[in-house]
Amino acid sequence: MKKRITWLLPLLSLSFLLLGVVSVQAQSGTPHTPTDDEVNAVASQLYCPVCENIPLDVCGTQACAQWRDLIREKLSEGWTTEEIKTYFVEQYGDRVLATPPPRGLNWLVYVLPPLLILAGAVILVQAFRAWKTPTEEPLEAEMAPSTPEAAFSDDEYIARLEEELKNR
Amino acid sequence: MTSQDAVPPSGESAAKPNAEPQKKSRISVGWGLAFGGLLVLLALIGLMLRRTQEGPIRVGDPVPDFVLTTFDGDEIHLADLQGKVVVLNFWASWCSPCAQEAADLEAAWRYYQPGGEVVFLGVNYVDTEPEAKAYMAQFDITYPNGPDLGTRISQGFRIRGVPETYLVDKEGKLAYAQIGPFRSLQHIKSVIEPLLK
Repeated sequence: MKKRITWLLPLLSLSFLLLGVVSVQAQSGTPHTPTDDEVNAVASQLYCPVCENIPLDVCGTQACAQWRDLIREKLSEGWTTEEIKTYFVEQYGDRVLATPPPRGLNWLVYVLPPLLILAGAVILVQAFRAWKTPTEEPLEAEMAPSTPEAAFSDDEYIARLEEELKNR
Repeated sequence: MTSQDAVPPSGESAAKPNAEPQKKSRISVGWGLAFGGLLVLLALIGLMLRRTQEGPIRVGDPVPDFVLTTFDGDEIHLADLQGKVVVLNFWASWCSPCAQEAADLEAAWRYYQPGGEVVFLGVNYVDTEPEAKAYMAQFDITYPNGPDLGTRISQGFRIRGVPETYLVDKEGKLAYAQIGPFRSLQHIKSVIEPLLK
């Protein structure tokens, strides 16, 4: 039994050593070369400030080609999409992003549309309610004299009418 | 029929005139708030549009202070350069017209450097560092250059493109703006010389 352990121990340690070497090689092995699709997946989320409103993946200028090369380089170094986007914002400003970051006045972009839609909905509901409820006020208003002068003229007219009827 | 007929006789109907003004005042407060909010929004949009529509800095205007971190890692504050004429050139490696004036700018820098009265600064606009450094090596550019981090400097000057060159006088005011490339070394000298007198 003791003999078996003595030759098993070096074998086990050798296999652990081999495993370690293999895993280190896997980690530091040949760098991953990003495909065009991988580069474009990141580039499509970025905009070049030089050629405005054109996503980086379809922009044909030399500047954009250089930026795509930079994305490829960062991806091959193992950077994530978010890390690359942060790097581009630090280098070139918020304008490179497809959507403005939610800070400062940019919050208006995110807050105002839902608020306006909500306000519109409230106005619509109120308007529908007002249209559905039958009101007697307008009839009463029509019947009632609108001003004291009107009331006076009505009385005068009625008085004259009654007087003329009596005279007949 | 008399005018008294128009007055509602019942108690329920008599209560309505009190409820109506309350409802109306609530509605008018709502509309007031809505219009107030709309006015504030329009004012904000107006301010933002005004900022974006403003053209380049005008000659005679004080130049906004900035910090340029050079490719070598040095920090240059414009405020520290008061008393000197500053030639601030915006460029990019992908910009062909920039290449037309690059050699003349370097020649001008070498001409004025011994006097110590003129400082040349290059601001690399939306460029990638390897290409920018290759460009500098190609034209043997020796004056301080650095990236326009976050495009803050170019936004401060509200540039429209590259190349653009701004001359800041000894008092820190904009003395000259060159939109597009300089034609020659003589052209560069002709705009710097009046500021040295």
